[in-house]
Amino acid sequence: MDLRYSDADEAFRREFRAWLGAEVPKHGKPPPRDDWPARRVYDTAWQRKLFDAGYAGVNWPRAYGGRGATLTEELVYYEELARAHAPYIGMNFVGIRHGGPTIIAEGSELQKKTHLPRILRGEEVWCQGFSEPSAGSDLAALKTSAVRDGDHFVVNGHKIWTSYGQAADYCELLVRTDPSAPKHRGISWLIMPMNLPGIDVRPLPTLQGESDFAEVFLADVRIPAENLVGKENDGWRITNVTLRFERGTAWAADIIELKEFLADAATLAKKLTRDGAAAWEDKALRREVGHLAAEADALWALMKWQLGEIQKTGVPGLGGSALKLAFTELKQRVYELGMRLLGRAALSRDDVASLPAGHVLTQFLQSLSLTIAAGSSQVQRNIISERILGMPKEPR
Amino acid sequence: MDFRLTEDQQALQAGIRSFCDDRYAFERMAELEKAPLERERWRELAEMGVFSLRLPESEGGVGLGWAETVLVFAELGRRVVPGPLLWSHLCAGLVPGAAAGETVVGGLDHTRASSDPVVVEYADGLDALIVLARDGVHRIDARKLAGRPIGVPLDPLTPLTHVPELPAGERIGGPDRVDRLRLEAACLVSALCLGIAEMTTELAVEYAKKREQFDRPIASFQAIKHFAADMYVRQEMARAVVYAAGATLDDPSVGDVARAVASARVVAGEAAMKNARMCIQIHGGMGYTWELPPHFYLKRVFVLENAFGTGDEHSETVSERIDA
Repeated sequence: MDLRYSDADEAFRREFRAWLGAEVPKHGKPPPRDDWPARRVYDTAWQRKLFDAGYAGVNWPRAYGGRGATLTEELVYYEELARAHAPYIGMNFVGIRHGGPTIIAEGSELQKKTHLPRILRGEEVWCQGFSEPSAGSDLAALKTSAVRDGDHFVVNGHKIWTSYGQAADYCELLVRTDPSAPKHRGISWLIMPMNLPGIDVRPLPTLQGESDFAEVFLADVRIPAENLVGKENDGWRITNVTLRFERGTAWAADIIELKEFLADAATLAKKLTRDGAAAWEDKALRREVGHLAAEADALWALMKWQLGEIQKTGVPGLGGSALKLAFTELKQRVYELGMRLLGRAALSRDDVASLPAGHVLTQFLQSLSLTIAAGSSQVQRNIISERILGMPKEPR
Repeated sequence: MDFRLTEDQQALQAGIRSFCDDRYAFERMAELEKAPLERERWRELAEMGVFSLRLPESEGGVGLGWAETVLVFAELGRRVVPGPLLWSHLCAGLVPGAAAGETVVGGLDHTRASSDPVVVEYADGLDALIVLARDGVHRIDARKLAGRPIGVPLDPLTPLTHVPELPAGERIGGPDRVDRLRLEAACLVSALCLGIAEMTTELAVEYAKKREQFDRPIASFQAIKHFAADMYVRQEMARAVVYAAGATLDDPSVGDVARAVASARVVAGEAAMKNARMCIQIHGGMGYTWELPPHFYLKRVFVLENAFGTGDEHSETVSERIDA
């Protein structure tokens, strides 16, 4: 039960902190969210700086240009990114955290050579083409079809919730290649260049009023067969491959940000007046903030606990479901408190009277997606009860 | 950093678990109800090292740390082991004979002004009563306690005596000692709560797998499964934060001790309360009987909730240390 970082981890922390201290202020503020060209430049230029300094692909193997960090070094990495308020991974997310790792694990030599260095350098932006209008929690029910025609797949279908679809160069695309097979066994994983004819990307405004997501309509899109990753009809297994890379640190930066926000909320509450006194004079508020912070402490400890388990087994356990479920629900409660603390200022999407309404509203609204995306809270509860607690499946 | 249990810690955990599973099995509940604090059983706990765990070997103790202590107390919580465990453990180096189980030490926390009645746990079986007050630690000869036993205590394993007037005692420690003891006690309470949160999850899941309604195990209903998943998450959060509190008490360089302990108390206390309640609910009608164990857990949670500061008080402590 040792929570001390090693001397090597602390040395890495000092080095990375110093670098971030110099580079983060230089990179400036992010551009407006609807300015896609500027956002692409901002996000990918930051990725390039990380790459040049040797900090890109923290958990990618060294053989593929990554840092090959130990688990605790990776934890330090995310801690320091959060503390420095470094630019968000943004448009590099799908490539660095999802598509790239999948290619490392399952891709051909050509696919690795073509894509991995460019993803690391911020030269390729990827998007995810998994969900469909009738395949959400039941992702394996996806219908987008790919029919072999010589050395091409001809693809038809409709993808939704495609993040960064508007700006992406490539799409990790799940398609049905064998409609007669059981649903998990007829799926393939394709790399789709986004400049092919027949691809129609339509922005999907979310309840935030912004469009980080898109719908992608595919009509007779001809994708070269060499873009198949792994074997045909083996796409469902391959989809789960990136889980091997998510080593339990996925939420590290988010948990730290949550803890910091609670401290900021306390500072704010000391300045705000409610009912004739400083808001912080309200015992109920202090208890609520303290309670939420205690839960954030527990999550932080739980993440470290799970890292220990991963060190033992080498693979992330099912505990990731517990962490995802607990973190996403806690984040909603924390920012809902932020909204209540702001009072009428929370009615504005922009900062008003120098109150941080912009940040709080964005985080609160965004948090609503977290309990739905990447396995809803209900799906996580099914996973926990069935695979950890051994309870029987609901008859289907 | 390696948050896992060492092999020695795992062995310690397994040892105390098999001891508690045997000596405090549910089949012995009726026996325990008749005599919750029994000298022979108390000496057994002492032999297991429950009280002398952190006492240095030079003073006859086991010489272990907080990491090991939270593991042991979580096991005691799993079996709702009765007796003034916290006090006797905390006073191992303070009251002669406490470590060996020869002097049974109980206590009262009087550091916060309160209109609560003065109710002493296990008064009949105590040799010494420790009172934590603002001006220091006081030791009272328990035989001098005059009070009226409470006919039916909420927790059948925690007999109570209403003591309107506490006799005078001897001051054996200053205010610093009081603060430290309260901090340590809160850590022990959270470890006991972890054990309760864990066991109530196990009992509920086990029962749901066996109990059939509508021609299928109730464990196959999502309504039940999702409650069980939430119980599991609360248990795992409690485990992590309680172990972290233990590790921080052992090595204050890894965090803020007061916040670590208060967070553990808040999260584990809530996990115990909610899981114990849900355990009764999942047991259905059987959960409302005396025969099955879930009610013992919920009742014990209320005893713990009112020891060394409520969950609300500890939430406030976390808020005071929000920048830590």
